[in-house]
Formats: sequence, C-alpha cells, structure tokens
Amino acid sequence: MHELSLCRSLVRQATLVAAEHGAPGIRRVCVRIGPLSGVEAELMREAFPLASRHTAAEGARLEMTTSPVRVHCPRCEREAEARVNDLSCPLCGHWQTRLTGGDELLLVSVDLAAPIAAPSVPSSP
Amino acid sequence: MCQTCGCALPDHLQHASTEHDVHTVEVLEGLKSHNDAAARHNREHFDRAGLLVVNLMSSPGAGKTRLLEATIEALGGRHRLAVIEGDLETENDARRIRAKGVPAVQITTGSACHLDATMVHRAAHALSLDELDILFIENVGNLVCPASFDLGQHANVTLLSTPEGDDKPLKYPVMFRSSDLVLVTKTDLLPVLDDFDVEAVKEHMHRLASAAPVMALSSKSGPLDAWLEWLEAGLAERRRPFRPAPSPDGERLLTRPGLPGHLASTAP
Ligand SMILES: Nc1nc2c(ncn2[C@@H]2O[C@H](COP(=O)(O)OP(=O)(O)OP(=O)(O)O)[C@@H](O)[C@H]2O)c(=O)[nH]1
Ligand SMILES: [Zn+2]
Ligand SMILES: [Zn+2]
Ligand SMILES: [Zn+2]
Ligand SMILES: [Zn+2]
Repeated sequence: MHELSLCRSLVRQATLVAAEHGAPGIRRVCVRIGPLSGVEAELMREAFPLASRHTAAEGARLEMTTSPVRVHCPRCEREAEARVNDLSCPLCGHWQTRLTGGDELLLVSVDLAAPIAAPSVPSSP
Repeated sequence: MCQTCGCALPDHLQHASTEHDVHTVEVLEGLKSHNDAAARHNREHFDRAGLLVVNLMSSPGAGKTRLLEATIEALGGRHRLAVIEGDLETENDARRIRAKGVPAVQITTGSACHLDATMVHRAAHALSLDELDILFIENVGNLVCPASFDLGQHANVTLLSTPEGDDKPLKYPVMFRSSDLVLVTKTDLLPVLDDFDVEAVKEHMHRLASAAPVMALSSKSGPLDAWLEWLEAGLAERRRPFRPAPSPDGERLLTRPGLPGHLASTAP
C-alpha cells in the first residue's frame, strides 16, 4: 500500500509549512487527487492518522477533492472530460489525446493553528 | 455547522473553539516532490555515466526475472549489464541473475510493495555505473504501486503474461499509461489460451491514448529480436552526443517518467 508512504511525505510537507510559520499545530490538510494519480482516497484516509502520529499534523483533518479526467484533442482542438480507462476524445473519437487533468496529486493548502504568543514568521521558500 | 470549513465531525466543538486562530497557507506542491527530487538525482548519476536504465514492472510471476535471464544469454556479453532487484523478502531473483555472470543488487523492501527513488539510489551506489551500458531495475511484482514512483529510469517496460488476460491495460490504466513499452510474455502458452489476443492489448493501449509499442515474445522459446532491438535503440539514443529537445511530455515527468527514443533527461 503506497498510500502510507505518500501520506508520510504529505505529513512531512505539511509539518514543514507549520514550522516555517511557527505554528504549533495543523488543523486541516487539503489535497487534490486525480483518478489517474494511482492513489486511492479511501486508503489515504486510513493511512493519514498513522502517518501523522506524534507530528504537528496529529489530529488534523484530511480533506480530499477529486479532479476530473480531462483530455485535449489535437484533431478537434477541444478539451473534454474523459473516463479513466478511455482517454480517447469523447467528441470525435480520436485516440491520440493529451491528458490535461486527472493525474494530479497535490498538497493544496494547510490550515495552521496560530502561534500562542509571537506573531507568525513569514515564509521565505 | 462550522462556518469556516463546513465540517460536521464529532470533534467539531474543539475545532470550532479554535477556528478564529486558524489560518490557511496555500501550498500547491506535488505529494511526491521528495521522491521526484531523489529520482532526478538518480537520473543525473545515470546520465553522467551514459547508461540506459530500464524499469521492469508486472504482476508477480509475469516473467521479469526469466526475461532478464534470457536477455543476458541472448546479448551474449555484447553489453555490460547489471540488475537491481526489488523483492519483498527473498534474494532468489538476484541469485538467478548472478548465476548468469551479471552483477545484481538486491533491495529487500520488506513490507513495501514498490521501489522508490531513495532505495534505487542506495543500490545504484553499490554498482560501478561508469562500467555499465544497461541497468535493469526489476520492480516489485504488482500492477498498482510501482507506477506511482519515478526511480530516475529512462524507460518503463510493463510485462503482461498471456495467462493474465488481455484486458489488463483497462483494469490498471495508471500502470499501463506509464509504460513506454508493453511486452506480452509467455506467448508459447498461446496455443492453450484461446482467448488472449495480442491485437486487443494494442487496442486497449490506444484507449489509454498511449502510443507505446506492444511486442509479444516467449522467454522460453524466443525469439527476442524485437525486444533486443528496442534495447539497442534506447542505448544508442543515450549515447548520442546531442539529444533532441525534450518532448512536450517532458513536463509530465511526475507521472510519466522516461519516454523511449526521445528521452527527456531532466525534470523542469
Ligand atoms: N511458459 C513460459 N513460462 C515462463 C516464461 N517466462 C517466465 N515463465 C515462468 O513463469 C514463472 C515466473 O517467472 P519469473 O521470471 O520468476 O517471474 P517474475 O515476474 O520475475 O516474478 P516475481 O519476481 O515474483 O514478480 C517461472 O516459473 C518461469 O519459468 C515464458 O516465456 N514461457
Ligand atoms: Zn500497495
Ligand atoms: Zn476530438
Ligand atoms: Zn522476479
Ligand atoms: Zn548519489
């Protein structure tokens, strides 16, 4: 189950963001998962509490949004929604399309608890 | 209901009591950035040494190790080869390769169902890359997880053995979409499997908008010619002093590592 290792890097990235902002904790982590990313949202949900134990992300909510599979067709020069196992152009049937969405696996945002006293340090990546 | 996030979880109260202290930071970073950075590092090693690195993926038992044994024999010392073997528990596959006189590094993944770029990095440093022409990586037998991790390879080869059925590309689109070559293996069994159609595999690959070639062979009875030619062409491409500009797909390295022939050698 590779979702556990992906959750570990998700937690690593989120805790880095928290550290940069001097935040004591993470309340929510938002990720975007495409159906062609090779990741099962259900397995991510199971793996997240394990991966976040004893980190600043412990107890945080994992919010996942799914993006649609989209293809661009060079023949009709249009973009359309497709299915995971049929990426041919739904408009004209052409098979040599280019995937424009649906394989992403992104950490979109992190909700941080504000530091108790000192103002937050701006990040400088 | 919580106004900030609309959550209605049992821990809602605790969440709500601190909501005014929460601030959102936009990140928009790939979840695999750690692995991808390691993969880029591996690819730099491989490119500097001028070798071709091929990642073999398939379900368990589709014939990866057998293909490697047959390939080593067929090449008959024409190129300097090495193999990185990924396996859950045993060192059997590495022993089989060494028995053919080719160096093999075993990565025992324990519970992990795939190789990642860091594991491959460690294994690569156990080899003399400068003295090699082709490095094969035999990934863990599994049609799901290995597709999600770039290892720094130049090409992905997915084996589909005839007893598995010709519909696998449609059932595992992520794996097959990441393939630069599909090898239908165990064709010597075709006479007893009346429902496997190599042409159907090609059609299914087209349904995935993939132009990857589909070749059929038997590691038992051969011939391996088309596969060997594909390897030689890939090696020649690696050796070309001037590489063509990366294809438009180069930017998609996150989910689609090497491309055959016109290999994008580095990530954006
Ligand atoms: N008939 C026939 N059997 C084959 C062929 N290639 C492999 N086999 C047999 O299939 C079985 C599995 O082959 P391996 O090469 O060990 O498969 P693998 O993909 O390396 O297996 P894992 O490493 O466990 O995932 C062995 O018994 C092989 O002898 C072939 O072309 N024809
Ligand atoms: Zn897995
Ligand atoms: Zn079209
Ligand atoms: Zn094997
Ligand atoms: Zn190194």
